Amino acid sequence: MTVTPSTHLGLDLSDAGAHPEAWRATGSEPHRLFDPERLGQLVATAQRATLDYVLFDDAFALHTSRNTTLRGRLDAALVSARLAPRSSGIGLVATVDTTHTEPFHVAKAIQTIDHVSRGRAAWQVGWSTTDEVAAAFGRKPAQDEADAVAEADEAVDVVRKLWDSWEDDAEIRDVPTGRFVDREKIHRIDHDGVRFAVRGSSITPRSPQGQPPVVVRVGSPSSLALAAHRADVVRIRPADRGDAALQRAEVRAAAAAVGRDPDELRVVADLFVVLGGTEHAARERLALLDALAAPGRRTHEGAAHVGTAADLAATIEDWTTTGAVDGFTLRPAALHTDVDGIADEVVPLLRAAGVFRATYPGTTFRDTLGLARPVSRYATAIA
Amino acid sequence: MTNRPRKQIHLGAHFPGVNSTTVWTEPDSGSQIDFASFEHLARKAEDARLDFFFLAEGLRLREHKGEIFDLDVVGRPDTLPVLAALAAVTDRLGLVGTINTTFNEPWEIARQFATLDVLSGGRAAWNLVTSSDAFTGANFRRGGFLPYAERYERAAELVAVARALWDSWDDDAVLGDRAAGAFLRDGAVRDVEHAGPHFRVRGTFPTPRGPQGHPVLFQAGDSADGRDFAAATADVVFSMHSTFEDGQAFYRDVKGRLAALGRTEESLKILPATTVVLGDTLADAQERARVIRRQQVSGPGAIAFLEQVWGVDLTSYDPEGPLPDVEPDVDNADITRGRVRHVKDPRPVVAQWRARAEAEGLSIRDLVIAVTTRGGFVGTPTQVADDIDRAVQEDASDGFILVPHLTPHGLDDVLDRVVPLLQERGSFRTEYSGPTLRDHLGLDRPAPGRTRTAHLDQQPVG
Repeated sequence: MTVTPSTHLGLDLSDAGAHPEAWRATGSEPHRLFDPERLGQLVATAQRATLDYVLFDDAFALHTSRNTTLRGRLDAALVSARLAPRSSGIGLVATVDTTHTEPFHVAKAIQTIDHVSRGRAAWQVGWSTTDEVAAAFGRKPAQDEADAVAEADEAVDVVRKLWDSWEDDAEIRDVPTGRFVDREKIHRIDHDGVRFAVRGSSITPRSPQGQPPVVVRVGSPSSLALAAHRADVVRIRPADRGDAALQRAEVRAAAAAVGRDPDELRVVADLFVVLGGTEHAARERLALLDALAAPGRRTHEGAAHVGTAADLAATIEDWTTTGAVDGFTLRPAALHTDVDGIADEVVPLLRAAGVFRATYPGTTFRDTLGLARPVSRYATAIA
Repeated sequence: MTNRPRKQIHLGAHFPGVNSTTVWTEPDSGSQIDFASFEHLARKAEDARLDFFFLAEGLRLREHKGEIFDLDVVGRPDTLPVLAALAAVTDRLGLVGTINTTFNEPWEIARQFATLDVLSGGRAAWNLVTSSDAFTGANFRRGGFLPYAERYERAAELVAVARALWDSWDDDAVLGDRAAGAFLRDGAVRDVEHAGPHFRVRGTFPTPRGPQGHPVLFQAGDSADGRDFAAATADVVFSMHSTFEDGQAFYRDVKGRLAALGRTEESLKILPATTVVLGDTLADAQERARVIRRQQVSGPGAIAFLEQVWGVDLTSYDPEGPLPDVEPDVDNADITRGRVRHVKDPRPVVAQWRARAEAEGLSIRDLVIAVTTRGGFVGTPTQVADDIDRAVQEDASDGFILVPHLTPHGLDDVLDRVVPLLQERGSFRTEYSGPTLRDHLGLDRPAPGRTRTAHLDQQPVG
């Protein structure tokens, strides 16, 4: 007899939904797109369903990656911070760029979100390859993907070192000697690499998770290598269950090949979700959304569930019990419709089937992912 | 006194910093990093109807004699995520954050402040500071690249670009016409193109204009360059001139620069940082102030302070004994890094301090306490309310940024006991008049699309 571990379920809350024309669907409130209360309600719903995380995409340009008529985005890290005090349990995954953003800034931003959320921050590593973003900064020409990912790899290395630069017990507040910290436990990182030279330490004390989870989207050999080296959570975008199992095996093999324990990685599949009372109704919804897009435009990629909540629960159960993936990033086509369906219909079925938790196992996102809290790499062994 | 109407006082609550003002050795000194500390001060400040909460920034830990300086509070959060989180637990309070202009790019920082303004419903403010030092630069990919003389030039250009980016979206840019598929109003978002000595920026800004149009801009530099920059650019000057006479002189100087720039005196607020110590009697308050000063200047802290001036190791001296008899090392200006050294040539300073210590019978610690004590209000609540009100009504300032010595409860008594007295005399609001920090400070809201400079150009988005 085998016990099926709980699957991991995240929710992509970017924009108005994963479908580029979601903002035009009935019931959407386009004027509230940038309203933090709207986001707060979505997070509360996700938290009610004890989902592992919510995720926010980001980019410095106005939607270069999505063929959408929607325009405008807020800074994802600050959105996560804004949502932190009024939520608990749920992980907050913010995308932050590495091509133009200084790793020192990334490190303290994610650490600070981890402090304000008491251990629920995570960083999805972003990189920029477009002329458009390069022109917004005017510092260097656009980089191809391999080059941008190589830079991201080094940036993650720097950030992770900065996250370890304070040992957990560096703050001593020793009144008799007047010392606030034990400076032997605050370390320069002295990173002198190909792209960055960063002295360190971080200005921010080690955060509740120590190392907030690093999320990497895989879609190329270079991003696979980045994930294998640096990621805790690896997002794949498979076509179907078989493809998911193959991609998961590939990620785990790549991690093992660089000396990591593959069980320390969580491989989660993107799943585009359109719910309906019947499969026919769901298909109708998607057809209506697609009809709003320019003719011939692709509105989604990879595996999609277009159907009932029961069928989505069955699919998640199937992929989970067969070990195809460690979890999912559910990408609701339209947030204002599909998030409620996921929370109120899909999740109860998954709990009843014994493939999803009913409570959070701890307080931090690492707890939820089943990842131990690492000791700082600079910590000296205690005899 | 003239017959003009009573000026309204503006007050900010400064989160305790990583310097000797902050006392951490007391049992009731709380965490400088736990969000509960930030939340307490912010909520308390909002309950008292203060204008804003203020959070400073650090980009490298201070070092002394080549090691992390461990006698003051060490470690702080990133500024903007804390302010974004505070936006969730407050409704009206302004949220002011220091961000260095030297180690940030305009596109990114403009986007972060626009986001904070949107997420807070119009309460964002940016305290601009400049730096050029390679010590801080060692944490960034371009290192200490900026010549000292160019730091305000870069800051001014960065602000000009940020303003162009904020102005590139109209206020009502979101049309949200679902049927027509028009999310934005036609022509409501314009491309920005800028080419200057420090920045080349071109593109369509991805983030909507905040409720304030532009976040409020604070500026803290005190040099002649800093004052010019403030007069030309800032909405608020965060000054260090908290004594009455100094304050009046500074106030006249900076406000006097405005007319030539086409600005009214009301368009720039001058808010010195200050401390408050209360007591039931004046003598009681003075005794409390004396105790706090001794907590702030510990024996080792006093020695470290002298070492900054002497430029040599003085740990063999007793802080409760007389001043060191060794001569200062004139060339070792870098003994402390990550904080500005104010003394260029230490020899006259040392001579003066020795004379004073001799004349007044001061130990090292006594002397350091004496030379680092700056103004601040000490007295009964009524006396402090009188002094604050007088400073504002007689143009020594437009209000104050209150700096506590304890985290997070250090301002509780001022907010509970002094603010109501200011309200009683009609000098401080009893209710917020509007939702935004611009409303609190009585600042105009900039119109969109107004930015037009020699090298700034906006094109409709095609």
